[in-house]
This record gives sequence, C-alpha cells and structure tokens, in this order.
Amino acid sequence: MKNNKIFYFVVILIIAIFFVLLLGLKEEKNYSPQSDFKKLNSSISLEELYSGKNIFLNDLLINNELNLINIWASWCLPCKVEHPYLINLNEKFDVNLIGINYKDNLENSKNFLSDLGNPYDEVLIDKDGTKSIELGAIGVPETYLINNENKIIKKFIGPLDLDDYENIINLIKK
Amino acid sequence: MINQIGAYSLYVCLFASVYLIFKSYISSKNFDKKIDQTFFATLSVQLFMTILSFFTLVFAFIFSDFSNITVFNNSHTLKPLFYKISGTWGNHEGSLLLWLLVLTIFLYIFFVTSKNMNIRYRILTILFQEIIIFGFLLFILFTSNPFLSIFPIPEEGLGLNPILQDPALAIHPPLLYVGYVGTSIIFSASLAALITKSVDNIWASHIKNWILISWIFLSVGILLGSIWAYYELGWGGFWFWDPVENVSLMPWFCLTALLHSIIVLKNRNVFHSWTVILSITTFSLSMSGTFLVRSGILNSIHTFANDPSRGVFILTFLLFLVLLAVFVFFFNQKNFPNTYQRSFLVSRETGILINNWFMMFFLSVVLVGTAYPIFLEVINDAKISVGPPFYHKLIVPFLIPFLFFMALGPNIKWIKDTIQKRNISQIIIFFLCFVISFFIVFNTNTNYLFSTLLFTFSFYLFFNVINSFKKKNSNLSQKISHLGFSIFMLSILFNGILSKENSANMKVGDEINFLNKKLIFENVKVENDSNFKKLIGEFKLKENEKIIHFRPEIRVYSQPETITSEADISSTLFSDNFLVFSLIKNDGFFNVRYQHKPLMIWIWISVLLMSIGGVLSFLKLNEK
Repeated sequence: MKNNKIFYFVVILIIAIFFVLLLGLKEEKNYSPQSDFKKLNSSISLEELYSGKNIFLNDLLINNELNLINIWASWCLPCKVEHPYLINLNEKFDVNLIGINYKDNLENSKNFLSDLGNPYDEVLIDKDGTKSIELGAIGVPETYLINNENKIIKKFIGPLDLDDYENIINLIKK
Repeated sequence: MINQIGAYSLYVCLFASVYLIFKSYISSKNFDKKIDQTFFATLSVQLFMTILSFFTLVFAFIFSDFSNITVFNNSHTLKPLFYKISGTWGNHEGSLLLWLLVLTIFLYIFFVTSKNMNIRYRILTILFQEIIIFGFLLFILFTSNPFLSIFPIPEEGLGLNPILQDPALAIHPPLLYVGYVGTSIIFSASLAALITKSVDNIWASHIKNWILISWIFLSVGILLGSIWAYYELGWGGFWFWDPVENVSLMPWFCLTALLHSIIVLKNRNVFHSWTVILSITTFSLSMSGTFLVRSGILNSIHTFANDPSRGVFILTFLLFLVLLAVFVFFFNQKNFPNTYQRSFLVSRETGILINNWFMMFFLSVVLVGTAYPIFLEVINDAKISVGPPFYHKLIVPFLIPFLFFMALGPNIKWIKDTIQKRNISQIIIFFLCFVISFFIVFNTNTNYLFSTLLFTFSFYLFFNVINSFKKKNSNLSQKISHLGFSIFMLSILFNGILSKENSANMKVGDEINFLNKKLIFENVKVENDSNFKKLIGEFKLKENEKIIHFRPEIRVYSQPETITSEADISSTLFSDNFLVFSLIKNDGFFNVRYQHKPLMIWIWISVLLMSIGGVLSFLKLNEK
C-alpha cells in the first residue's frame, strides 16, 4: 500500500525531528543583555551604613588593586544564599569588598548583617536605588570585580554560586 | 490570597478539562443524538475559572502584589499602570495564561455558534480542543505556574524588560496569540470533521470564519510587531528575518494558503485532504512557534526564559499532537468524499492551487532558514547564522511569477475559462507597466533588469486590481486584500531602491553634508523620566529650504538596566525621515544614523488593507 509507506515515513520523520530538537534543547543558550559599559562610573557618592557619612565610591576603589562590589538587600532571598561565599571571600582573600545596600530599610539591613555576619569592608546605602542603576545594576544581587582603574573584570548577575566563587578566587589569584 | 484563587481556579479548569475529555470521548463513541447539557455547563465553568484566574493575575500586577513571584520578577511600583497591566502577558508565565484564556474563550464561542452543525462533529471538536487545553494546563501548573508565592514579601519588584515598555508591543502579544490560538480550533475542527466524514462545502463555509479570524489577528499581530521593531530597535527596517519573526510568518503563509484553498472547497467541493493537511500544518507551526520562542532554543531578542524542562514539555506535547493528527488523518482517509470534479487547466481552482504552491514554497524557505541552523548545531556542532540575503535570494525572484498569477487568478472563472478573450487590453496594461517601471528604475542607480521586472509585475497587479473594482461582482473583500498586497509590494520596492542612509560619528556642534543635505548636531540634554534616564539629542536637517528637527533619545532604563535607542521619525505620506543615535566609546562622540525611507507608512497601511479585506469577508459571511 502506497499510503502506508507515506504514513510510516511521516511518523518516522516527525519522531526524528523531535529528537533533534530535544538534543537542541540541551545546548546552553544564555541570553545576556548587551551593555556598552565596560567601565564602571564610580564618581558617585553614597552614605555609609553605620556612620551616615557621605563617601565617594572612587575613594574606596583607588587604593586597592582589586575590588569586589556586591549589591544586596535584606529583603532579597538570593542574597542570603550567596552570603556565605562573601564571608569566605573576605576572610580568606585580600580583596576590598564593598557592599551596596539596595532600596532597603535601615534597621532590616543592620539586622541582616548582625545575624548573618558582615563580610564587607565598607557598606554603602543606596536608598532609592538610583546609584546602583548608574553603576549598571540590573537587579539584586549583583557582584562586580573591578580593578583600581574602574575597569570591570567580571560581572556576576544573580546570586553567586560555587562556580562563581571559584571563578572569583581564580581571578583574584592571577 | 490572590495566589491561591488563581491557582485553585486553574485546578478547577484542569478537572473540567479531564471531565470533558472523557465525556466527549464516550459521547462520540456512542453516537449520541443529543448534546448533553453538562457540556455547556462544564465549558462555562471552565471559561469562568480561566477568566477568574487571568484577572487575578492582572490585579496582582495592577496592585503590585509582590507576594506573587511573577509580579515580583516582572513588575515594579514605578511602572506606569498601562505597562503594569501589559506586564501580565509580557512574561513567560502570564503569556501562557493568556494563551489558555484565548483557547477556552474560542472553544466556548465555537460551541455556542456551531449549533446547526453535526452533533458528533461538535463533540469531537470539544474532545480535541480539550486535549490541547489539558496539555497547556499541565504545562502552566507544573512548569510555569504564575501563582507561586514568595516569602518574605519583597518591597520592590524587579521590573519588566524595558524594551517591552511600548504601546505597540503591549498589545502585540495578545493579538498574535488570538491568531495562533485560533488555529487550534481549525485543527480540532478539521480532525473532527474528518472522523465524522463531514469535510465538505458546508463545513468549509463554517470553518472559514475561524480561518478568517486567525488570519486577521495574525496579520495585525505581525504588523504591530514589525512597527515596533521599526521604531524601537532603531535598525531602520520593518522585517529582519529574526527567527522569532519567521516563526510568526510561517503559520501566516500556511493560513493564507488555507484561506484560499477553503474557498475552493466551499465553492467547488474539491481539495478535501489538502485543506485538512493545511489545517494540521498551520496549528503545528503555531505550536512550534511557541516551542521555539518559549524554550530558549533560539537566540533572539524574544527569548526570555531559559528552562529546558519547559522546552521538553512543549516539545513532547507537540509531538503527541502532531502524531495524533497524523494517525487520525491516515486512518480516516477513506472518509474523504469521493466527489470527483472535472477540473480544467484554465480555471479559478488552478489559480488558487498556484497560490498554494507559492505559499508552500515561501513557507519552506523560511522553515529551512529558521530550523536548519538549529539542526546543524545539534548534528554538526557548527554555528551558522542565516540572514536576509538567504531569504531575499530565494524569495524575491519567485515573487515575479507569483505577482503575475495573482494579477490573473481572480479574473478567471471557476471550472473553465479561456485565456484569449482579454488579451489585448492586458498586453497594453502590461506594456504600460513596463514603461513606467523602466523609467523609475532608470532614474535611480539600481539599473537592473530584475528590479524593472519586479516593478512591472507589481504595477501590473496593482492596475489589474484597480480595474477589477469597476466590475460589479461582489467580492469586495478579496479586491481590497489584493489591492493591499500590491501596494505592499510597491512600497517595499520603492523603499528598497530609493532609501538613502548616512552614518557618521558626531559630537555636539558638528555639521556634516551629504546628498544636498546638511545635518547639524545642536545639543544633548539629559532628562529623568519616571523609570528611566534619557539623553535627548537635538539635530537639525536642512535640505534646500526645508528644515526638519529631530529629537532622538537614548534611554537608560533602571529595572533591569538596559540601554535602548529611540529613533525620531518624521513621517509623511511620501516618506519617513529616520534619525537614531547611539553611544560610542570615545567621549563626547555619538554614532548618528540618518535614513530617508520613501513610502514607509504605506507598508503599514497596505498590511492593514489586507486585514480589512479579511474583516469584510468575515462580516459578509455572518450576514447570511
């Protein structure tokens, strides 16, 4: 029967296409928004969390070869997840870790740090979130590795995981 | 609270769906003579619950209820109300809910409006449609539930993709979805009609309404997406052969072919199996579209989520539906009526058949261009990118015969006609078209025989359609649609050969001269808007005595941070002047791109005309 042959052909063809597409799904395809900012605009001033003094971000960056800026908030669940990595980084390595507290309640953020530990060398607060935007943040948490010339070496969007952590260590050791 | 209402109503829908699947299966097995009252009741409950669930999500967006994870991820208190609402379907979860909503609404309307059709046919359509609804419900509830809670409740959301904050784009997805989902009814109905041996001219005039609805919405949906790309992406074109654009174009080709072949089925009672094949293909392509966009298998501006389990689900579901359709088709082939109709070479049927061939050809070109890179990457690990040259080279030459047949086709009678009778007037028209085209192409620098021919045949179609308005036969909808298409072709062609572009790096105070024009970069201002910062460039373009001011913008959105270029376009009926500027690394310099695009607005108008033709045809059918 001619029709039977066509039938089997169509079925086999469809199943073959299915498997090819299934394999295609396994390929990694990360979509990252393109940004032209390779350099951080650090000429902004922010209030310090505990003292309330205004501090220029460049002053904190210029003396250290490597800086890690971490944007976080106490209401942000993923920030809690990545917190232990930040604590480890601060304890074990010589990197200037600056925390920027994003759109947060002052009390909550202090409690957050006293409960979970404070990994930061400096904590700056960004009350309305506008300063973080100028830094190029998409959301919280975000972590940037920056040298003293404001060049962004690596940008981590979303919470740090083990891979990112090892990645940072490798970059620091270089 | 809101999350529970939304989720539970979806579970009620799921139960309704399971019930309807069993009920309709049993009912169709027993060849019931009457439709059970519970069908209507269950469908109503399902519809109500879907609407409830959808509006729950809309309210969560309006009131920025960040205990809902979808709202948290995609909304922000600073966002204008309009974009909060459109944010409901601007994300993966919400858009699927919208999809489900349209599915149930359409099934309901189908059920209510098909009262004079065969009972078993209606029940089987419910069966197939409920299988689709069931699949989507499972998909929503288990891989992309929009009603997941988040605790503690965050104070602020993460924002909506800023390039989606645009009026055209806010209504583009719903329209496109109505088009896509409409094809599901065509799919279910044609399978049901096949099983119940009712693929005939009565069925054709019944299903033609659904084809028209899908076609109209798909056309307008694609149009809006295209307009958005034109002024928002700042690339200065209307079609970029982006994979996701192609994915919406493929069902459109198929649906257009179906729209034509259903007319033959309706009037002549031939093309039965071809119509059913087209119905199945159209829906499969719409589903593949969802799969390709939603699974992240394509690299495109439209790819939001990247969750392989979602891709696997849609793909498996798609496989199931396509195989189901193939089985139904092959095991019921004997159900096609054996109405042999003598056909002649020169007849309207042949004309429409030729239209179908061309549609299938265009469809396969786009399909190959879109799918082949995926296949190659899987099999060979090679990454290739198929761009506009591929599509242009394969599609454009075939437009010449396509236009020719399109000009002739509608004037030919059904069954049998002769070619001879209007030869002389046609040759005169054709010759005139050729002369006009020759002078148009001659006056520009693109002195090609090829473009002369394209112009000739486009004009030929245009004048033929204009001519046909004089005749008193009532098919106004077809004439308007075809007129729309000929204007579409002409405006694309004029646009193609007369467009001028100039790109330069400028800083404030610079002046450049090109093509008798003088462009002055006067100033840059920085302004803050509600949720973005913008750089506004002030430009002045002098041409002879005419001065055009441009104020293009570069927007820096806050949540999430994205930079977009807003072109400034001054549109007239004759041409668009398009200016866009973007940041470059050297301090103080901007890349400024100026484009002169003739007849741009006519591309949009012509597609609208085509759709208006569809609307007229739809309204006329309902009058009877």
